[in-house]
Amino acid sequence: MNTVKKMLGYLWMVIAPIIILFLLYEAYEKISKASAAVQSNVILQWVIILLIFTPICVGFFIFGKYASNGEYDHLPESSAELD
Amino acid sequence: MSQEKKQNNIAFVIGASSVGTLIEWYDFYIFGMLATIISKQFFPADAGTAALLSTLAIFAAGFIVRPFGALVFGRLGDLIGRKHTFLLTLIIMGGSTFAIGLVPGYATIGWAAPILVLILRLLQGLALGGEYGGAATYVAEHAPTGQRGFWTSWIQTTATLGLFLALGIIILIRTNQGVENFSAEWGGWRYPFWISILLVGVSVLIRMRMSESPMFTKLKSEGKTSVNPLKESFGHKGNFKMVLLALFGAVMGQGVVWYTGQFYAQSFIETVCKVEFVQSRNIMLIAILMATPCFVLFGWLSDKVGRKWIMLIGMLAAVLTYRPIYKEFINITNAANRTKIVDARLTNIKTSFPIFDSKDKTKMYIKQEADTTYYDGSVFKYFRTDTIILKAVRDESRPITLVNPDMIQYQSPKPNLVIEKTLGHAAYWDMIWLVFIQIVYVTMVYGPIAAFLVEMFPTKIRYTSMSLPYHIGNGVFGGLVPFLGTLIVEFTKDSAHPMGDSLAGLWYPIGVASVCFVIGLIYLSNKIDKNVMD
Repeated sequence: MNTVKKMLGYLWMVIAPIIILFLLYEAYEKISKASAAVQSNVILQWVIILLIFTPICVGFFIFGKYASNGEYDHLPESSAELD
Repeated sequence: MSQEKKQNNIAFVIGASSVGTLIEWYDFYIFGMLATIISKQFFPADAGTAALLSTLAIFAAGFIVRPFGALVFGRLGDLIGRKHTFLLTLIIMGGSTFAIGLVPGYATIGWAAPILVLILRLLQGLALGGEYGGAATYVAEHAPTGQRGFWTSWIQTTATLGLFLALGIIILIRTNQGVENFSAEWGGWRYPFWISILLVGVSVLIRMRMSESPMFTKLKSEGKTSVNPLKESFGHKGNFKMVLLALFGAVMGQGVVWYTGQFYAQSFIETVCKVEFVQSRNIMLIAILMATPCFVLFGWLSDKVGRKWIMLIGMLAAVLTYRPIYKEFINITNAANRTKIVDARLTNIKTSFPIFDSKDKTKMYIKQEADTTYYDGSVFKYFRTDTIILKAVRDESRPITLVNPDMIQYQSPKPNLVIEKTLGHAAYWDMIWLVFIQIVYVTMVYGPIAAFLVEMFPTKIRYTSMSLPYHIGNGVFGGLVPFLGTLIVEFTKDSAHPMGDSLAGLWYPIGVASVCFVIGLIYLSNKIDKNVMD
């Protein structure tokens, strides 16, 4: 199971930047297709989405890195173990 | 302390924490419940779907700042104690909710209206970000060992009961006032915001009687409180990795299931299925009432069998059944699946006199209403509005019904059509059961999660550490379900499919819950930490 945790860790590290790139691509496509009347609204929506999901994807990448390094092979069972 | 005294003490703790938390949820949710009306009041009249999306974005803004509130108030709670932080969050929430009810509409103050509402919404989000982590921590630190899941599950009911209270009050006011008065600029839709200040006042009085958490008191007396809970929570790898695991392995999926089963379901029933306003909310109310005891059931069960599997089974069930459930919503409310009673006495057609636009006297509207009754007891109302633009302002001395055809410059080729469906008894209950199933999933993922999060982190940084993943998972992932769901459906619209794929919005919660399920399955432990006093 620890091997699976590590291998999946690499997967999460790959998925995180893919999500950001996907969102950037969608933002570009939707904004460029939007009519003048609603373009400012569309830009606002995509700025919000990107501002929110970029740090989350960074966190997901870090999670993947920890997993690939075996940090989750054993979960702490007391606060002393956290130290 | 005797067993009975302990039970009474924890009952007071639960009650005091829950009342305030419930009111904060109520404050937060009335905004979402009234999103359609708010979009009309605070945005330009011709903004249409853009206005609704902007309102949902403001709604989402309140969710998105919740993690910041978690950081600010979590830090306070770990530094100065749970009790005083609680009071502060409650006062900020109550004050900002009341103030939303006082903001004039766009028609009166222009763009200042949505900007003010946004600021107040952000304050609501900050306050809520500080509330939940504190309430769950506070209750968990009073709960006896082996019963943490059971006692904290009572706090878990408050979000749903806050939703229930919001729905109930809105329906009550709307039924009393009627649609027109309720939806007016200074109409009844503001009353739920004003009522909040009374509820908050009562809750503040109750909370002032609360004592500080015994664990925090002990920690403080021993000089072991954290000097910098933020740094200890997120700057220390041992703890930070658990924050990430809590988010991606549990709360992220829990958040989307929570909001899909309640908010998205309500929005879908009203805007896609076109079920009548009061009936759509009654469907939610009844389903919520029926399912709420399951919070306590699954909280109790998690004390016996562990937290992990209950939460993951709830997530998996949601992933596998959301699309069939929502497809069934559409089938149940589809006119094509019904037999119409073709009887002129039961088919009511009304045509109004032309109504002139209040600002543009060359623009007039002709409204028609037709009711169609079906054998299953359903009544579908169709409201059609044709827009006519005249070449010049009409002669006021002529009767309003007479419009010279030569005067007409333009008539809308496609009328505005609004459908309102009131379902018959059987269809109504079918809808309730489908919502009930989704809320059972909610209780499975949410019932045990307070105890789960409390057990992951040490006392001195618990408020900070559990609040952040909770509010990212719920505030961000969950809170964005209505907004992103609506947006994804918009993306599926084109000239060939003007209505788009109404089920497409479900891919967001299904995708997020699926990833969370896999991570939770592989990485989480099912062990219960018996000692949270460290």
